[in-house]
Amino acid sequence: MGFSAAARLWGPPGLLLTFAFHPALCLRAAQTSAPPHRDYCVLGAGPAGLQMAYFLQRAGRDYAVFERAPRPGSFFTRYPRHRKLISINKRHTGKANAEFNLRHDWNSLLSHDPGLLFRHYSRAYFPDAGDMVRYLGDFADRLGLHVLYNTTIAHVTLHKDRQAWNGHYFILTDRKGHAHRCGVLFVATGLSVPNQVDFPGSEYVEGYESVSVDPKDFEGQNVLILGRGNSAFETAENILGVTNFIHMLSRSRVRLSWATHYVGDLRAINNGLLDTYQLKSLDGLLESDLTDLAVVKDREGKFHVTLKFFLEEGNQSADTITLPQDDNDNFAMRVAYDRVIRCLGWNFDFSIFNESLRLSSGGEFSKKYPLVKASYESKGSRGLFVLGTASHSVDYRKSAGGFIHGFRYTVRAVHRLLEHRHHDVAWPSTQHPISQLTSSIVRRVNEASGLYQMFGVLADVVLLKENAAAFEYLEEFPMQMLAQLETITGRKARHGLFVINMEYGRNFSGPDKDVFFYDRSVGHTEDAWQSNFLHPVIYYYRHLPTEQEVRFRPADWALPRPTAIHHIVEDFLTDWTAPVGHILPLRRFLENCLDTDLRSFYAESCFLFALTHQKLPPFCQQGYLRMQGLVGTETLRRHGVESGLLRDYTIVGRRREDQGQGPLSSSRAPGPPVQPLDSNKEEL
Amino acid sequence: MMSFSFNIFRVGISFVMMCVFYKSAVDSLSELSPQKYFSTLQPGKASLAYFCQADSPRTSVFLEELNEAVKPLQDYGISVAKVNCVKEETSRYCGKEKDLVRAYLFRGNILLREFPTDTLFDVNAIVAHVLFTEDIENAHLYFFHCKQVLDLTEQCRRTLMEPPLTTLNIHRFIKTMEAPLLTEVAEDPQQVSTVHLQLGLPLVFIVSQQATYEADRRTAEWVAWRLLGKAGVLLLLRDSLEVDIPLHANVVFRRAEEGVPVEFLVLHDIDLIISRVESNMHIEEIQEDGDEDMGSPDMDIQDDEVAETVYRDRKRRLPLELTVELTEETFNATVVASDSIVLFYAGWQAVSMAFLQSYIDLAIKLKGTSSMLLTRVNCADWPDLCTKQNVTEFPVVKMYKEGKSPVSYPGMLGTEDLLKFIQLNRISCPVNITSVQEAEEYLSGELYKDLISYSSVSVLGLFSPNMTTAKEDFTEAGNYLKGCVITGIYSEDDVLILSHKYAATLPALLLARHKEGEIESIPLANSPAQDIVQIITDALLETFPEITVENLPIYLRLQKPLFILFSDGSINPQYKKAILMLVNEKHLDSLTPCWLNLKNTPVGRGILEAYFDALPPLPLLVMVNLHSGGQVFAFPSDQAITEQNLLLWLKKLEAGLESHITILPAQEWKPPLPAYDFLSMMDAAASHHPTRKDPECAKETDAQENEKKHEDKSAFRKEPIETLRIKHWNRSNLFKEGGKSFKHDNKEL
Repeated sequence: MGFSAAARLWGPPGLLLTFAFHPALCLRAAQTSAPPHRDYCVLGAGPAGLQMAYFLQRAGRDYAVFERAPRPGSFFTRYPRHRKLISINKRHTGKANAEFNLRHDWNSLLSHDPGLLFRHYSRAYFPDAGDMVRYLGDFADRLGLHVLYNTTIAHVTLHKDRQAWNGHYFILTDRKGHAHRCGVLFVATGLSVPNQVDFPGSEYVEGYESVSVDPKDFEGQNVLILGRGNSAFETAENILGVTNFIHMLSRSRVRLSWATHYVGDLRAINNGLLDTYQLKSLDGLLESDLTDLAVVKDREGKFHVTLKFFLEEGNQSADTITLPQDDNDNFAMRVAYDRVIRCLGWNFDFSIFNESLRLSSGGEFSKKYPLVKASYESKGSRGLFVLGTASHSVDYRKSAGGFIHGFRYTVRAVHRLLEHRHHDVAWPSTQHPISQLTSSIVRRVNEASGLYQMFGVLADVVLLKENAAAFEYLEEFPMQMLAQLETITGRKARHGLFVINMEYGRNFSGPDKDVFFYDRSVGHTEDAWQSNFLHPVIYYYRHLPTEQEVRFRPADWALPRPTAIHHIVEDFLTDWTAPVGHILPLRRFLENCLDTDLRSFYAESCFLFALTHQKLPPFCQQGYLRMQGLVGTETLRRHGVESGLLRDYTIVGRRREDQGQGPLSSSRAPGPPVQPLDSNKEEL
Repeated sequence: MMSFSFNIFRVGISFVMMCVFYKSAVDSLSELSPQKYFSTLQPGKASLAYFCQADSPRTSVFLEELNEAVKPLQDYGISVAKVNCVKEETSRYCGKEKDLVRAYLFRGNILLREFPTDTLFDVNAIVAHVLFTEDIENAHLYFFHCKQVLDLTEQCRRTLMEPPLTTLNIHRFIKTMEAPLLTEVAEDPQQVSTVHLQLGLPLVFIVSQQATYEADRRTAEWVAWRLLGKAGVLLLLRDSLEVDIPLHANVVFRRAEEGVPVEFLVLHDIDLIISRVESNMHIEEIQEDGDEDMGSPDMDIQDDEVAETVYRDRKRRLPLELTVELTEETFNATVVASDSIVLFYAGWQAVSMAFLQSYIDLAIKLKGTSSMLLTRVNCADWPDLCTKQNVTEFPVVKMYKEGKSPVSYPGMLGTEDLLKFIQLNRISCPVNITSVQEAEEYLSGELYKDLISYSSVSVLGLFSPNMTTAKEDFTEAGNYLKGCVITGIYSEDDVLILSHKYAATLPALLLARHKEGEIESIPLANSPAQDIVQIITDALLETFPEITVENLPIYLRLQKPLFILFSDGSINPQYKKAILMLVNEKHLDSLTPCWLNLKNTPVGRGILEAYFDALPPLPLLVMVNLHSGGQVFAFPSDQAITEQNLLLWLKKLEAGLESHITILPAQEWKPPLPAYDFLSMMDAAASHHPTRKDPECAKETDAQENEKKHEDKSAFRKEPIETLRIKHWNRSNLFKEGGKSFKHDNKEL
């Protein structure tokens, strides 16, 4: 788990627990006089909380953010311990397109203010955590977000009320005993409870949250680090040069983010220990289940690793405990350690939520996240949404939903959902004639950051209108909610739809995958479906899939089986604008799904069609016939004649015997300009 | 001597015949008369019969071969007979002509297949053809190499035939099985000829030197076994060779095609030799496939005329500097500082880029003459700016004028039309006319001399000073039509002078048609702005316009059949007069009369080609029923275009007495070409692995069947190409692919 974009707001749980008991008294008092009401309450002024506050503010909603600390982003005041964020702050891409540039800016929140881009806060590619604190503070101040600082919510309960939007209110009680009544609750508290593994001797273990960050304290020591995430490697990196050696112990093999394509796995910037291990410099990695272990302290205060099993043999003093090396004299961890450091990540703090909220843990991955639907709404109570890092169960180890550059978009999706649910504002969309379909898709796949960051989670949706004459374009819809699209967005999907997603190759990513294998990239358009690197994939459905179809979709499919699918071939520059390599196959796919001709034509061609056909291709109908034909220039016309796609009609009376057999004279088309017009007569 | 036997492995059952040697043609060919022959046929039993006229000399070679085939076919329970067509017995199989001799395969009394004898050119072909007909689609063909085996208890080596069981392939396979496994040669590889080349198979020469002869020979034999049936393998003795071959080359590869030079290769792995041959085979298969595909066009060829023309022009540098490129930073300041036209486009979009060229042409035309600043915004760079300006499609042109909300340009995307829009926008519409004299100048076209070439009509609204609402409505309409037509307003106290002069009841419109020099008045009784707009746009329509690419859509809106006079050059005034007479007499009210000048609109020739088989002499009058039925009627070219003749023709048309010359096609515009069917490719790839069963699959396929007929076909063919193409690509990287192993060991068991 990276720190980069994680919004962990709440501090150690001790404080909160202390106050969890006594507000019960205040609560009763508060209920008698109705507590102040807010339509929307946000718990935590970290990146996710502030991001939601921004959207609520822009929409003019009644909301408040509750923050324990005196300033936003308090998590970043302490973490990461070594202060270097591993979320990239790429200040140059060679492009002016602000939306595109967000693809490479992992720290900024979304706003209309270009001054509130992180690039103005740090020049470092891997910026300092202090800059994040400063940035979040500015974000809240400059946008005038309603944040109640120094307000520690100690208890959250549910109060049933028919008047409420969701049949209940959320009652938030702060440490001073003040209650707040909320229609909708956003939990953006991040992961705040250090993950502790209980084993004999765990009391000797220092935690990441408190271990010294001064390398001098590790001079000439033998260090054992428990854990294999970025915090473990970050800790190792800091002391690599001063220790005798570092051993790193964890249950699972190391997951390198460049192999898994998951930014939360070990980033190359932290992987110095892998280098020294493999280059035989005494450091090393070991795999074992921590729960089987025990740590014993000897008389010199050094630590020995043994098995829990040996301790159960009886009450033994530290020096007599059986050690693995007693049986296996080449046991790897037979050396004594000066320090054992735990870097095992964090869990969500469930303690302040009353049972009535049914905010349970135990997603399929671990207990660290609260259980939510693909819409980020709690499975336990309607109207409770989990935002930010804590919402990562939706795409854990897949996409970027646990990090700023991902959840800034999922927060927006949640906001759009609620705008429709409570304020009758349909999901924003633009409507276009069908002749604009190819361009609309090309535009988005080339610049959209939300699709790029939240690949596999948020997808654009094209809703076709009757007879496919026009379409509506919806951006960044949570694709696992596709079956509920009509109720969530307030838009109708009666005439078929396209879903635009970004995907890596099916079998490309994984901790054990060689992502540098020869022939890994595909260049031919007909091999596009075998593309490995992140590339756009377009699904076509004649009908909105049902919930069943979404849930029981084939394994390793992002969506249910579509009527047809298109892959735009991967591109080294992630620039999918090549006329023949990218746009042409996309057009053919769209044409065949819609059973129409989506080519563009000059006005002269449309003129010819208008007088020689009863029907016109969409481009002519939607442009030329509305007096908006494309006239073209003499130069272009000459190119057209050279290419055989246009005719030179000034050559009097000559029939084109030679041009009729061109590759384009398909008898299926009523008559593109290359086709001899008399061929139409045969069809009469 | 037959040294092989066929073994057919059917699904489930296999009956292997371990035939060893047998003496030649023990059973010889039986000769029967037709009647006799048919009486010998047994139900379920196959029989090959050769019907020939008695004493036909040309058949003797064939008969020898047929004789040879008796035994092997008998092994399959297939009897072979020669049927002599004698005069007394007529059989339809005998044929009438003397030369016409054919062989027939029967099962029982049922004719399975007829073979022209030239397809049965030798014994192998006969056997192969007959067995092939006998439904061996699921069979595998093995060749058992038992010749070398001396001890009968020992198993014979065998080779599986890999290509599909077609007659030609079986023939080729057997031929190669019979050819020597390995030949030693010491001549120029380019000159060597073996049966393999004749069969279209390549040759592989293993280059050997005296010092390593034994090892080389072993290698070559090994290669030869692996390539049996796929290529000829020869041992090339370098030391006794007269021609030079490159020093390090250890393999020479020669394709079967004539004229292709031999390739000298350095290959250090037998597998590489094998894969070389196999990839070569795949290329052949692709080529075969390509032949089948003749006529089905390449989906990767651009068929969008705009995209293609823009692409072809990509290397030409446009004088973009004639327009100001705006950015998010400069946009607001620029459009505030001066009246601006802004083109919003996307650099990757072909239509945008085609229009950008017209826009630059416009900038060249207007250079230094216009107060209007021509600017552009590339929305591929500034999406937020474009969104803020409400631009979500490309291209879009907007005009920004100080103190006014931006106006979208609604016209044709071309230089001339945009120029007109810009010029007509120089004056405010409606322009306020302050004196009767000025009004007269306005109506005569004197006032805006330079503008009347852009607006053939000037509109003047006449109002009493107290007609506030009417004036507002007119002003709104004038604003709406800004850029399209010149409008003016006059509401001074002396407005009655004008209303009397032009016999207009106030409020009224005066329409001055400058070309015709006419001034028409239209009363405006409480017309709301929308109606005024309609009145003016209707008035802009000409009664007998020259139809052009630019103005056709306006006239199509009338939804009436077109009555078009095609003229090569200016219209003959006589014709014009005749038609205008008809118009005036209201005979053409249900039609849109117009004419087309082929000099101005050469594409008209394309239209005439569609209407007539041969380009007819001009002028020519047609009636096109575009909106209902699509019939095209032609005025008889032998009649003079006079009012009377036309009237008569129109009457006949109305009475349904004229027959159309053609009907315009009414089909929808379908996809010009199929798309890649990635779903099928993914399915095919998935089915190669023992993977999950997809319950949706069957249902989906049914649902899609209708739509996908075409695609399925192409996908079916495409999948093999797919894998082949990858191999093909690998071939060019042969030397980097050393690690790849090709497993084809199943050929030798």
